[in-house]
Amino acid sequence: MNFEVKIPPMGESISSGILAKWHVKDGDTVKKDQPLFELETDKITSEGTAESAGRISLKVAAGTEVKIGELVATINSEASAGAAAPTASPTAPAAAAKESSSSPAVRRIAEETGINPAAVAGTGKAGRVTKGDMLAAGEKPAAAPAAPAPVAAPKPTVPTGTRQSRKKMSPLRQKIAQRLVAAQHEAAMLTTFNEVDMSAVMALRAKYQDDFVKKNGFKLGFMSFFAKAVVNALKEVPGINAQIDGNEIIENHYYDIGVAVSTEKGLMVPVIRDCDSLGMAGIEKAIGDVAKRARDGKITLADLEGGVFTITNGGTFGSMLSTPIINAPQSAILGLHAINDRPVAVNGQVVIRPMMYLALSYDHRLVDGKEAVTFLVKVKQAIEDPARLLLAI
Amino acid sequence: MSSQSFDLIVIGAGPGGYVCAFRAAQLGLKVALVEKRATLGGTCLNVGCIPSKALLHSSEQFVFAKSHAAAHGIKLSGVELDLATLLKKKDDVVTKLVGGVAQLAKARKITVITGAAAFTSPTTLSVGDQTITAKNIVIATGSAPVELPFMKFDCETVVSSDHAISFPTVPKKLVVVGGGAIGLELGSVWARLGADVTVVEFLPKIIATYDDDIVRAFTRILQKQGLKIEVGAKVTGYANGILTAERGTEKLSFPADKVLVAVGRRPFTDSLNLAAAGVQLDEKKRVKVDAHLKTNVPGIWALGDVVAGPMLAHKAEEDGVAVAEWIAQKAGHVNWDLIPAIVYTDPEVASIGLGEDAAKAAGLAINVGKFNFAANGRALANDATDGFVKIIADAKTDKILGAQIVGKGAGELISEIVTHMEYGGSAEDLARTVHAHPTMSEAVKEAALAVAKRALHAM
Repeated sequence: MNFEVKIPPMGESISSGILAKWHVKDGDTVKKDQPLFELETDKITSEGTAESAGRISLKVAAGTEVKIGELVATINSEASAGAAAPTASPTAPAAAAKESSSSPAVRRIAEETGINPAAVAGTGKAGRVTKGDMLAAGEKPAAAPAAPAPVAAPKPTVPTGTRQSRKKMSPLRQKIAQRLVAAQHEAAMLTTFNEVDMSAVMALRAKYQDDFVKKNGFKLGFMSFFAKAVVNALKEVPGINAQIDGNEIIENHYYDIGVAVSTEKGLMVPVIRDCDSLGMAGIEKAIGDVAKRARDGKITLADLEGGVFTITNGGTFGSMLSTPIINAPQSAILGLHAINDRPVAVNGQVVIRPMMYLALSYDHRLVDGKEAVTFLVKVKQAIEDPARLLLAI
Repeated sequence: MSSQSFDLIVIGAGPGGYVCAFRAAQLGLKVALVEKRATLGGTCLNVGCIPSKALLHSSEQFVFAKSHAAAHGIKLSGVELDLATLLKKKDDVVTKLVGGVAQLAKARKITVITGAAAFTSPTTLSVGDQTITAKNIVIATGSAPVELPFMKFDCETVVSSDHAISFPTVPKKLVVVGGGAIGLELGSVWARLGADVTVVEFLPKIIATYDDDIVRAFTRILQKQGLKIEVGAKVTGYANGILTAERGTEKLSFPADKVLVAVGRRPFTDSLNLAAAGVQLDEKKRVKVDAHLKTNVPGIWALGDVVAGPMLAHKAEEDGVAVAEWIAQKAGHVNWDLIPAIVYTDPEVASIGLGEDAAKAAGLAINVGKFNFAANGRALANDATDGFVKIIADAKTDKILGAQIVGKGAGELISEIVTHMEYGGSAEDLARTVHAHPTMSEAVKEAALAVAKRALHAM
């Protein structure tokens, strides 16, 4: 029996990915649950595994853009080791006979690229696959990233010596590039700023850190405060917890907050579910988990989807101030920055306080300035006086 | 007056008509084949392809014996032409072949009716005193040589190909009007047999449908063989043994005791009385047909030279098979884009699909591979180093778009390219197919390699 290996559904917004790498070769015998391929989508790299043991027949080449649900291989369970014996007669093996019905150039390309002619739509006589069909099948991924590029900048001359070097953009990097540019084209994006005095949060952390670690086994960070402050502010300003879909506005009634994580392969935004019902420790734990998995390349697509709002922390790297780009289709993103001691005026006195600039980029198509500024002030107030979170004010 | 009824009547027993009748009989139809000639086979077998090939072969042997044998260490003396025997040999070939067709027709239980058919209604024909009817009638009446209005055929000095295959003596000076396949083949025959032959062509080049480089090479080879070739010359008349022509303002005159007019062929529907059936012709007097070779009258079909398309026997045959299959409700098919064409001179010239010049004119991105027979071992051994193979492939997909060959046996060599093309093959497919060594066909493979600039035996 033949099992179909398809690209698993990854949920809304992700419709395709790049089958970056096959871990098996065409004709290999695979075991159940054996990793078969690496799939790169917009944000993550995941693995596809075998649902059944048997002999695998690959249908697409590594590097091909594949759609969700696309058939990428079949596994013939009857052809698994041992079971194959009765069909493999000592005379010409059926597989070889079938292969030789392809033209020599088609066979050559199949061998060099891994594209299975059987998976290619043939334009030759009686549906035969021609060399041109194979070349076209091989070109698919190259054709995909035809972004609405502005007038192409003159191509720099081929670098000489050590002053420049070139490498291919990874599919993930290309996707990040496309998504960011698309967000900027699509949304009417602008950014509002504020600053926050971190004294209160720092004092809380200092006071309870030992007890917190003793109880939970991990440290209390800043992010849980901001996640909670964002949830609080979203509840106050529900207009931000919404997104545009065509001519309709989708209002979200849940609080799944994305936290941007920098990894070797690029930026990822795992989502912390239901931050409104998680405690501080729960949020810290969830962030620790996803951040680790993101960095280990083990994150799943489910971890990346469904966020209603994103928090990104450029402060990790020392950023004083930035204007983050919203994570479409969300309507706003909060940018955190470095905490620096600065002189500020408090009650008529110049005092030194640990200050952080906050930036909220938002989609002006949906969110008005009043809402955006109110939201950011709510975040600021909650951080400066965390008791507000307790009282939900 | 007798009257008979059939499932299918085919008018004309040339390669299109008799093949249609044969295929229909195979499919179980009751078939009548009407032919006005006493023998089956049509122009092709009786006065066209076959007799001219017999003459070409015999005359080639004569040239070898006379001019080339010595170079191979074969000493011959007293080599003389016996034209009567040479012509008889040709006639024997024809007799044998048309007899074979008749035998096959009989074995297939096809009713052969001799006589000229004329429609009396869309389903009825009269042939002599017979009336025959059928639900399906196929017009396969072929073509006839085009006559120049100012230089009518007299069957004596101004002749068509019908007569140029049977001159009782070798003409002293033969002028061939028309530098197409028929004129060049028969011109070659008589030149080899000793005639002083001049070919006068109206267009700027002979075999005008071929690429310029092919024509240049071919023209040089023919001239080397002694043929005189005058292009861009418009024939104006023939009188007192002088053929006159004009090239611009230049007046040309060619003494000629025989003039072969080979300027083309016209569809032949003269005595069919198509009006009685209501069958329409197009602007070029060809029977108008649709993509399934149906005329405007239901049940009446037409094929071969009498419809639009190349006037070639092999095209007519494919038409014939397809029509028979369509009539029998089967899935007939003809790939009219892939009809090879051949000039059977020595060397031969063959083409299939799109030429390089046509492809470039159409703005297609192509890669072209060429290989000279001079670099082919078998060609060297065979004294056949004139000419080359050229393959035209799509620059992107490498699909073979066409090929042209000038060289000995080009007509046989083109076949494998046609086959590759029929299956959508690329130049690489052709190049990766094993070709036996040493054969002329290796030049085809090398030309295919040259498409990707990787011919092994040429730089």
